[in-house]
Amino acid sequence: MSNRKFTPYVLVLPAWAWLALFFVVPIGGMLSLSLTTGNVVTGFQQTFEVGNYATAVSTYWEQILRSLFYGACATLVCIALGYPMAYWIAFRGGAHKSTYLLLILLPFFVSFVLRTISWRFFLSDNGVVLGPLKDLGLLPEGFAVLNSALAVILGLAYNFLPFMVLPIYAVLERMDPHLVEAAHDLYAGRFQAFARVILPVSLPGVFAGVLMTFIPTSADYVNASVLGGTHNTMIGNVVQTQYLVNNNYPIAASITFVLMGLLLVGIFSYARALGTERVMEVHA
Amino acid sequence: MAPTSTTQPEAPEAGAAPAAGPAISLAGVVKSFRAGSETVRAVDGVDLEIERGEFFSLLGPSGCGKTTTMRVIAGFEDPTEGVVRLDGRDVTGVAANHRDVNMVFQSYALFPHMSVADNVAFGLRRKRVPKAEVTRRVGRILDLVELGHRARHRPSQLSGGQQQRVALARALVNEPSALLLDEPLGALDLKLRQSMQVELKRIQREVGITFVYVTHDQGEALTMSDRIAVMNNGVVEQLGVPAEIYERPATRFVADFIGTSNLVRGVVRAATGDLWKVEVADGATALAAELPGTVTTGSHIHLTVRPEKVRIGTDQPEGEVSRVPGTVAETVYMGAATHYQVDIGGGEEITVYQQNASGSTLVAARGERVWLSWRPEHSYALPS
Repeated sequence: MSNRKFTPYVLVLPAWAWLALFFVVPIGGMLSLSLTTGNVVTGFQQTFEVGNYATAVSTYWEQILRSLFYGACATLVCIALGYPMAYWIAFRGGAHKSTYLLLILLPFFVSFVLRTISWRFFLSDNGVVLGPLKDLGLLPEGFAVLNSALAVILGLAYNFLPFMVLPIYAVLERMDPHLVEAAHDLYAGRFQAFARVILPVSLPGVFAGVLMTFIPTSADYVNASVLGGTHNTMIGNVVQTQYLVNNNYPIAASITFVLMGLLLVGIFSYARALGTERVMEVHA
Repeated sequence: MAPTSTTQPEAPEAGAAPAAGPAISLAGVVKSFRAGSETVRAVDGVDLEIERGEFFSLLGPSGCGKTTTMRVIAGFEDPTEGVVRLDGRDVTGVAANHRDVNMVFQSYALFPHMSVADNVAFGLRRKRVPKAEVTRRVGRILDLVELGHRARHRPSQLSGGQQQRVALARALVNEPSALLLDEPLGALDLKLRQSMQVELKRIQREVGITFVYVTHDQGEALTMSDRIAVMNNGVVEQLGVPAEIYERPATRFVADFIGTSNLVRGVVRAATGDLWKVEVADGATALAAELPGTVTTGSHIHLTVRPEKVRIGTDQPEGEVSRVPGTVAETVYMGAATHYQVDIGGGEEITVYQQNASGSTLVAARGERVWLSWRPEHSYALPS
């Protein structure tokens, strides 16, 4: 009898072990590391040096803000491109829905770094996009996209677009198509049906998509280093440099926690805002 | 559009004066769908005139075209051929949001992100009805469906029956010229369905709006409707009041689909006075009051008779009745009635429902020889 009582806990044990080993232990180690002093030659001593955080924020606040800004921009681009794609596949995909989904996932079969590097060719000053436009005189000769904020944001949006499309698609695909008909039946035109029924019903998908694009894009460093040149570094690049080049582990670890804290605060206030909006809607 | 001057004002507060003639009329409506390489005619030439204030049912098995017909009326499907008129106005090709009909969906299709009150107010708000009036009308209709106390709840917090009534209220509050109901009780359990049938009928009487009711449940259609159109394979097989549909099925399909019906093969022999003699089974004689126009002496026909119209007894019956001898093949005691399967020879059986009125339940046991009889007006001849 008592065996049976413990069975669920035994079954869940591997998951707990996995979480402990690959999440709790590393994050504890990082937290401890972020409070040490020293260098790679003499070793790091645990001194509970909270000043590391002050140093991290005061030195790199610019990159932190830039990262959040780039992440937000890329997320908005993903919504603007991804929502229509998800909508089209869900409602107009017909028998070929899975083919279209596969097409969206297809770039994932190529390495992330390789895909980003290919954007260098794509966006280069006289490449496939800018070259013809300059030849036609539509753009000035000196116009460049590469090594700009725009290039980084475009690269981020491109790389994380599927993470926006898939959750929105999942919600739209599950939606009862009669809801749209009911809206039309109750005198709503196409725009009203979208704004009052389809969009609100699909918001949980957008919410999930935002989380899945905003978090990785703000912490990304590949796009900034490949497409952004020297003036558009993100916080990810700083962490990478501090860790791998300067070997300043405490600062790198504290930056990581600052970013993590900011993202958590941002996500919770975002969830809160979305939640409250819904409560208000009921009483409208 | 132009109302006849003699028409009495009957709609309580509708803006436009009601036009004369039927609320809904379909003329030669065809709807075909492309399924792969072939074209399926889901609705294959339907003509209907649905009167104002009528409870009208479209009854048929799944795939008979009843739902497509309703969707054509609602404006969700454009007919391939034919004309749809609402209140005499040609609305063929007019989008659903510009039609003065509202629909109650089988899945209810309540907006999950809105409260009950907001769901009900949706149509009025789209029509830009003033705020105070929206509140008043939403409150009144929620009281009508007895859900006033649930106005602030989300649809997901309600039971199936309550959601059903919200769907009804959301459509009714707009005071449409017709309400379309697509198997609205399909998702409810039997008890609830029966009480909702009574409820729907009450609401329809109170608001006086034309109801077009799609169902595959013949019992539902028979008890609720003023008139029924029985559909099969995209066409209307029979159109009439419930008693007519039940008592005098016009086709074999209707006889078979509505209730239980005995279909007995027979050959027309001779006429005596008003009655035709029909030879059934192994030479027994049945009587028919009317025959279809194309049938003459010697024709092969099917006779229909309802199980509850057949008398079963051990003595040979007297008088001008159909007399068929047989052997009891099966008896099933049902409480209020006993059902008999009687083998009448020639590989045919007749089902008989006998009310257990007098307490003596069993008229005959299995294997016993019995006489079946029914009055001529209770059986109808259908062409073979």
